[in-house]
Amino acid sequence: MMIGAFARTFRHGIHPAGHKEATEHLPVERMPFVDRYVMPLGQSAGAPSRPVVRAGERVRRGQVIAAPAAFVSSTLHSPVGGTVVGRGPGHHPSGQLVDALEIEADPYDPQRLPAGEAIPWRELTDDEFVTHVQHAGLVGMGGAAFPSHVKYKLPAGKRVRRLIANGCECEPFLTADHRTMVERAADVLRGLEILGRRLGAEEAAIGVELNKADAIAALEREIAARPLPGLPVRVVPLKVKYPQGAEKMLIDAVYGLEVPAGGLPIDVGCLVNNVGTLASLADWFDRGWPLIERVVTVAGPGVARPANLLVPVGTPVRAVLDHCGGLSAETREVVMGGPMMGMPLASLDVPVLKGTSGLLAFTEVETRLPAEYTCIRCGRCVEACPQFLNPSRLARLARAGRWEEMERYFALDCVECGSCSFSCPSGIPIVQLIRVGKAKLREQRAKAS
Amino acid sequence: MSAHSPRLQVHTSPFLRQGVTTPGLMGDVLLALVPVLAVATYYFGLSALLVVAAAAAGAVGAERLLGPKGAIRDNSALLTGVILGLVLPPGLPLWMAFLGGVVGIGLGKLVWGGLGHNLFNPALVGRAFLQAAFPTALTTWPVPTGLPGLHASSFAAPFLHGEVDGLTGATPLNLMKFAHEATPLADLLRGSVGGSLGETSAAVIVLAGIFLAARRAFDWRIPVSVLLAVAVFSGALYLVDTGRYASPLFMLLSGGLLFGAVFMATDPVSSPLAPRGAWIYGAGIGILVVLIRTWGGLPEGVMYAILLMNAATPLLERIDQPRAFGRGARRTIA
Repeated sequence: MMIGAFARTFRHGIHPAGHKEATEHLPVERMPFVDRYVMPLGQSAGAPSRPVVRAGERVRRGQVIAAPAAFVSSTLHSPVGGTVVGRGPGHHPSGQLVDALEIEADPYDPQRLPAGEAIPWRELTDDEFVTHVQHAGLVGMGGAAFPSHVKYKLPAGKRVRRLIANGCECEPFLTADHRTMVERAADVLRGLEILGRRLGAEEAAIGVELNKADAIAALEREIAARPLPGLPVRVVPLKVKYPQGAEKMLIDAVYGLEVPAGGLPIDVGCLVNNVGTLASLADWFDRGWPLIERVVTVAGPGVARPANLLVPVGTPVRAVLDHCGGLSAETREVVMGGPMMGMPLASLDVPVLKGTSGLLAFTEVETRLPAEYTCIRCGRCVEACPQFLNPSRLARLARAGRWEEMERYFALDCVECGSCSFSCPSGIPIVQLIRVGKAKLREQRAKAS
Repeated sequence: MSAHSPRLQVHTSPFLRQGVTTPGLMGDVLLALVPVLAVATYYFGLSALLVVAAAAAGAVGAERLLGPKGAIRDNSALLTGVILGLVLPPGLPLWMAFLGGVVGIGLGKLVWGGLGHNLFNPALVGRAFLQAAFPTALTTWPVPTGLPGLHASSFAAPFLHGEVDGLTGATPLNLMKFAHEATPLADLLRGSVGGSLGETSAAVIVLAGIFLAARRAFDWRIPVSVLLAVAVFSGALYLVDTGRYASPLFMLLSGGLLFGAVFMATDPVSSPLAPRGAWIYGAGIGILVVLIRTWGGLPEGVMYAILLMNAATPLLERIDQPRAFGRGARRTIA
């Protein structure tokens, strides 16, 4: 492709096969409602939300069921009309038991969510805007689920000059953002407009990898149809490379700026938001719809009928997989998220969360552990690491339990993208060793303070 | 209907891997050595094959007997043996080649803790040992005889010095050093000259190097920097006095330089990991080669040049820490 040679990208990184053919052309379809929903109170970073409904109480679809317990904490809304069954321990996809609300859907409720009045967002003060976003229950939908309003509350003296929409979706198999851009280009741009105007951005860019030509075309059509005075928006086509969707990598790819280690995008005047998050932002301010459902890609060799589904948050994973024809007998592992950074599930009886971008079923082929050899210092992990670290050295130090030395080689800069493990010909679980080291370092820090 | 509930495994991400494995990488290098070995056999006869086989048998045997369990699977000992065989003279008694393989693996690798831990290139440790132990045999260069070309000296009994047989001749570097006589470049490219088995055909080695670089089996910066350094340094000398110093093309094509640059300096274990370190390491080898060849007591210096820079590798790694992303960057200003 001619254009590919000139497209921008970040430095280092890897080129895994895309595996997106099965779902990239499938329109998003609505997942039918099921009987029961489980809403863990801690779905995003920060303090778990505080329930505001009692057992036995009837709730409408979209009604607040848990309020933020702190500033870094989010709001939860009922994904269905029905009855609160109770509050108790529920299985979180991470395998832990967490505090959760269980809701039984009312089979006679039409589950409609009428569009409410648009919110006059231009007239809000900055603090009111932030509070509004918190009430929408908006969190980063790329996977990390960091509460969006926290990002929008700018530290004193900092300003956002460049707003970046993250449409990379560099994880193989996933096509949820891709379909969102194709089918909801107008909403993505509306979200950019609202956020850009509120934060006083000078320009906005949408970073999209070149394997999503239809998404690029849809966004460009929309930009041409509705130009925003004073807020130039452009689509930046990017080379296909992993982990381009990591915030710091995307800023490097689009603007050639390096976020300082330990710093935030705001330190270089940037703010990055996932395209799905932006569409949900538009939903809230234009229609009053809180974040109660999201697009999930269901794919992988173990899935009978791969699909892009609009799934209410809280829907059990088992129900979603059933809707896609169930799992094949060869399935060995089910992963929530992408294959590079996703979380393997120990049980299918866990809910889809606000940060769930995909459900992937893998067979023996993908999950077999590679034969392990000693490190021959081939340097492939060094060439892959987007943080310019020396992963092989960090892994060796982690194996030896030399945590302090790991810190000297910037182990805490690691974004755990897994590019090192992917590229290691010796099959060394490099990123896992570094994760252990980072956990140990944080433990030691916590003890010291 | 409920989802078929398999017994779910829980590994850790990532769940995808690129397909290249360490034994596969070693296999690539072995594959690239096949044409080199074929040319060596063509010019030097069956003794060439036998020398390589003996060195490989010594290396693999040592790894098998003394190495960690299962280490043989990674193909690295076989590779060390084949490379060692290719830097030996064609008529070398086979027992010496075998012993070189044993010492290369034993002292060059296993005493350091096995693959990945050795400071020096194991094949070169084996060769340095043989050079020290059997200086005459290691500098006896039969002239290329063609097939079948079995040398009686190949079958000399261990430790009973047999006569070096048949016609022997000087290598191009010997001629240059001691007789000041340049060998035609076409002969160097073809490989029809005296020398170690693998140091003969420049054309084949360059092609093998391009293949390996394309397969990303080694860091291309290393051979490039070695050859560049030799070309620049010897080119400068040549410009100073064309009569006294060898031409840079002769320097590049003669002796073990190409073989060393492509197959030995690039051993990832004993060379620096970071790009800048690789450039310095390669340039160091190139400069040392020209220094030894021009002013040293030996006609050839590739072996010692690589071994010396192997020793410098940990130092290069220490002073050449790659800059981490977002630390001291040029580009943090908005």
